[in-house]
Amino acid sequence: MLTSFKRIIKTGWKNFSRNISLSSATIFIMVMVISLATLLFIFNPISKTLISILQEKVDVSIYFKEEVSPEEILEVRSEVSKIPEVEEIGFISREQALEKFIERYKDNPVLIESLTEVGYNPFLASLNIKAHQSSQYEQVVKFLETGPFKDLIDKIDYYQRRPVIEKVFSFTAAVNKTGIFLGVILGVIAVLLAFNTIRIAIHNSGEEISIMRLVGASNWFIRGPFLVQGVVVGLIAALITLLITFGACYGFDSKVRAVAPEIGFFNIFLANFWSLLLIQLATGIGLGTVSSLIAIRKYLKI
Amino acid sequence: MLSIQNISKIYSSKSGEKPTIALDNISFEITKPEFVSVVGKSGAGKTTLLKLILAEESPTQGKILFDGIDVHKIKKSHLSCLRQRIGVVFQDYKLFPFKTIYENVAYVMEVMGAEEKEISRDVLQILELVGLADRVNNFPAELSGGEKQRAAIARALIHRPEVILADEPTGNLDPYNASDIVRLLNKIYEFGTTIVLATHNKEIINSLGKRVITLDEGKVIKDEKRGRFIL
Repeated sequence: MLTSFKRIIKTGWKNFSRNISLSSATIFIMVMVISLATLLFIFNPISKTLISILQEKVDVSIYFKEEVSPEEILEVRSEVSKIPEVEEIGFISREQALEKFIERYKDNPVLIESLTEVGYNPFLASLNIKAHQSSQYEQVVKFLETGPFKDLIDKIDYYQRRPVIEKVFSFTAAVNKTGIFLGVILGVIAVLLAFNTIRIAIHNSGEEISIMRLVGASNWFIRGPFLVQGVVVGLIAALITLLITFGACYGFDSKVRAVAPEIGFFNIFLANFWSLLLIQLATGIGLGTVSSLIAIRKYLKI
Repeated sequence: MLSIQNISKIYSSKSGEKPTIALDNISFEITKPEFVSVVGKSGAGKTTLLKLILAEESPTQGKILFDGIDVHKIKKSHLSCLRQRIGVVFQDYKLFPFKTIYENVAYVMEVMGAEEKEISRDVLQILELVGLADRVNNFPAELSGGEKQRAAIARALIHRPEVILADEPTGNLDPYNASDIVRLLNKIYEFGTTIVLATHNKEIINSLGKRVITLDEGKVIKDEKRGRFIL
C-alpha cells in the first residue's frame, strides 16, 4: 500500500516534469482562474468599503432655532436615538459649527471677513442623523416635524438632500447586485476554464491510460499520478498567483490611496493573507483534482 | 486454459447500414502451454478475438473461459486481476511515450506491487534477454521499430504471465526484425508460456510448424496441429 502510494507520487511528479510544456500551459490557465477567484475575494471588502464611505457621507441635519439651549437639544437627541431606524446621531453646537466653518475656509479671506462683518455667530446648533436605509429618513423626519420638538426646529435639510440620498442608496444596492451577478458569472467561467484545460491535458494521455488498463493497472493506480499532477499544478499556480497578488497590491497601493485614501490594497492583502492563501490553494488544488477525476473517467471504461 | 465457446461479435452500424459480423459462432480450446497462430486476411476477426479474450470488448454471443472463469462476467474494477495474468503485444507497440524503456517494462511489475529490488533485477534481466540492455534509459521515440517491439515483448513478459496475446507483432517490421521477434516468442513458449499470435505473415507461419487456426470472414475454416498458411 505504502509502496504503491510512493510510486503514485513519484510517477505523478515525473509525468509533470517530463511534460513541462503542457504542464506550464496548464499552470498558466490555472493562474488566470485563481486570479479571478482572488479578484472576487479582494473586491468584496473594497466594494464594501466604498459603499460604506458613500453611505457615511449621507445624513440629515436638523437645525435648531437660535434660542434653543444645548440642554434642550441633547434631550431631543436622547429621544431621537430611541428610534430604531436611527443608526447614529451627532450633536454640533453653534460654536463647533463656527469653528468648522473657520477651519474649512481659513484660506478664503473674503468669507472670513464677511463673517467678521456680521458681528455674531450666525450658525445654528444641529443634530446629524444617519439612518440604516434611505427609506427610513422620511419616518425620522416626520417624527421630528410633527412631534413634541417641532417648535424647537428651525429647518431640516432632508428635502433638499433627498434626491442625493436616494441616488446613493440605489447606487450602492446596484453595486451589490452587480457584484453578486459578476461573481457567479466569473466563478462559472473559472470552473469551466480549469476543467476544460485539464480535460484537454488528460485527453492527450487518453491512449496511454487505455494501455495502462490493458496491462493490468487498477483504476486507482492510473488515477493517482493524474491527481498528483493536478495537485502540483494547483499548488504552483496558487503560489504564483499569491506572488502576483502581492506585487499588484503593493504596486497599486499608493496610486489607489491617492484617489481613495480609505482603500489600502496592501492592507487588505496583509489583513486577509491566510484566507487569501487558503482560497487560492483550495481553488487551485480543488479544481485541479476534481477536474482530473472527472476528465479521466471516460478513459477508464476499457 | 482458454476456452472460446460459440463466440460471435457483431458491430452495429450507426449510419443505418448493414451490421458487420466480425466473428461468427467460433469455438476452440487452447491448452497450457501452447503456441497458437491465428491467421486470416485483414478484417477476418483476429484482433477482435484478442480484444474479446482481454475483455476489452464484450461478445454479442457466447463466452470465453480463462481457467474456467467467464472473462466477460468479471466486474470492470476487477479486470486488472485478469489482465495481470495476460501479456499483450500490439502491432503499434503502444509503449508509454514519456517513460524510459526501463520504466515501460517496470510499470507492469509496479502495478503488481513488486519490490524495487525485484523490479530492478528482473527488468534488467529481461531487457538483456530481448537485446535491449544498452537502451535502458532511452525513450521509445529514440528506438527503431524492431527495438520498440522487443521492448513491448519485454513488457508483456516481465510479470511471467500465463499467456501472451501478440496482435500482428511483426506487422510494422522488416523481415529480419520480424523473424527476430518470432524467435523471441518461440523462446518464451519453450519456457512454458502460452502464446496466441495473430498474424497474416505467411513466411512466419510456415517456418513455425505449430498449431494454426485460420479465420475467414469471422469463421474458423481450419484448425491444424501443425498448420500452414493456406489463404
